[in-house]
Amino acid sequence: MHLVLMMILQRLALGVLTLFVVSLVIFGATELLPGDLASTLLGQSATPETVAALRAQLGLDQPAPVRYWAWLTGVLQGDFGVSLATRRPIADMLATRLGNTVFLALYAAAIAVPLSLILGVLAALWRNSLFDRVANAGALSAISFPEFFLAYILIFLLAQSGYFPSMTRISPNMSLGDKLYVTFLPALTLTLVVTAHMMRMTRAAIINLMAQPYIEMARLKGLSPLRIVLRHALPNALAPIINVIAINLAYLITGVVVVEVVFVYPGLGQLMVDSVSKRDIAVVQAIALIFASAYVLLNLTADVLSTLTNPRLMRRK
Amino acid sequence: MGVVVFLIAFVAVSIPLSWAFRAALARLLPRDMAYAAGTMPLTAAFGLMVVGLYVFVALFAPLLAPFPERAVVGSQFQPWDSTHWLGTDRLGRDMLSRLIYGARNTVGIAFATTALAFLVGSLLGIWAALRGGWLDQGLSRFVDALMAIPSLIFSLLLLTIFGTSVLTLILVIAAVDATRVYRIARSVAQGVVVMDYVEAARLRGEGTWYLIRREILPNALAPLVAEFGLRFCFVFLTISSLSFLGLGIQPPTADWGSMVRDNATLITFGDVTPLLPAGAIALLTVAVNFIVDWQLYRASGLKERI
Repeated sequence: MHLVLMMILQRLALGVLTLFVVSLVIFGATELLPGDLASTLLGQSATPETVAALRAQLGLDQPAPVRYWAWLTGVLQGDFGVSLATRRPIADMLATRLGNTVFLALYAAAIAVPLSLILGVLAALWRNSLFDRVANAGALSAISFPEFFLAYILIFLLAQSGYFPSMTRISPNMSLGDKLYVTFLPALTLTLVVTAHMMRMTRAAIINLMAQPYIEMARLKGLSPLRIVLRHALPNALAPIINVIAINLAYLITGVVVVEVVFVYPGLGQLMVDSVSKRDIAVVQAIALIFASAYVLLNLTADVLSTLTNPRLMRRK
Repeated sequence: MGVVVFLIAFVAVSIPLSWAFRAALARLLPRDMAYAAGTMPLTAAFGLMVVGLYVFVALFAPLLAPFPERAVVGSQFQPWDSTHWLGTDRLGRDMLSRLIYGARNTVGIAFATTALAFLVGSLLGIWAALRGGWLDQGLSRFVDALMAIPSLIFSLLLLTIFGTSVLTLILVIAAVDATRVYRIARSVAQGVVVMDYVEAARLRGEGTWYLIRREILPNALAPLVAEFGLRFCFVFLTISSLSFLGLGIQPPTADWGSMVRDNATLITFGDVTPLLPAGAIALLTVAVNFIVDWQLYRASGLKERI
């Protein structure tokens, strides 16, 4: 137990360090801006006085480490600063959108994870059968498709004939059922994107294990193939499968950006794309930090979980 | 229902075509390449055929396209007819012509970006593996830090800072992708650097550039080539996604991602035209994946399916 606790603390410390470096990179990237943020914002025609005033207002007249410290302490207290385009506090803009994006990602994950595990196990069980071949070819194509292609195919098939809405309007006081209904198409798109990859990796992980001596032993004992896969192969394949799930949930983070734009879904991704075209660097920085933190945390969780399922990993350096 | 019929028809047409293409390759190529061509799986033949078609269209776009890339030649959103085979877009430009020019712009930019990412990433990776020590540590930790941020998110951040133009797009995506190439090149090169012939060359007093060019690169090339195909797919999809989001290749340049975005309203009316550029993107990625699968299979020496 002591060992487990140590391991988790160690990984957490590493995660915090990674987050710190990520925040440095995201903040440091703005320093690459050719010229100055204030003069970029005000354009060519600005007088030196107005530029100086804006610089003072944005705190640009202070050295970079001071600004970084102020930004970081603000972020840790939930204060992301003000948007450069609308002058509204960024935290207010993010509040509802963050919830919407998390809802969509969880919805997609709730369908995709069980679905891909079942499909992967079945494909491994009926290896080289027609089902396996069709599932593999389908998965390979789904991986190669851009997200917006899948999204528009779904709109073409399901929304145009009126089964589901093609634009997602959600309001805070909707019932959960309605919410699930209107966000079904975006969630399905994300599901298709990540299921393919997860299924292939699950299949590969199980098939790798099937060559092990203990599986042969189980087969010689006369166990049914389903029982061999579920009781003997799957528990040992958990570590790679957990990693694959984490990688793909992290992939949802980037997939969500495109899908939100297609379905006009009021989430973080859409706000980010809008802010990029307005060159609202403060908002982009804040959202990039949130996405990157989610990514780091997911990888951290996967690392801890897969170590827990396989005690042999505990002693690795 | 129509989609299923279309899929079946597509598969039914592409199988004999790929078969004929493979047979033709086996006949026409010189002897040493003919064997590889003759024994490749049908999927790889299909992939090669599609890639060849795209390259042909991209090279000869001005001859193939019935109308100029940027000219307004009709009214808005015309349906398919005999002059405008695929109708017109929201400004009245010919869809087919823009689709053909898109092969040149979209694929060309993606290829240039991947090539740049490989040049920078693999040279730095091999250099780091060769020199080792603090240089290797410093570069690798820096790349680790950059890779902790999802690539699309990091590209969006950089595009906000540098603005959106084709040049910044190429540089930004190449920079983000070079980190991935760096990791692979470094790990491949680490296996090569410890070889005796590298040591011998080093003792001969050869310079770093000679070691990279003559000793390491030829022995690290095979995995890097397969990786090039995969990375091309990623870059191609990223650039298309960014163009689709309005942040990549800018109008009036014909580009598949932005063509989908501009004409997306047609889909809700049951018109498939906007799906064609997206399908063109998907087809090329599938084709490249097929070829990479075949190459990996050949390189790994796996004759038995696991």
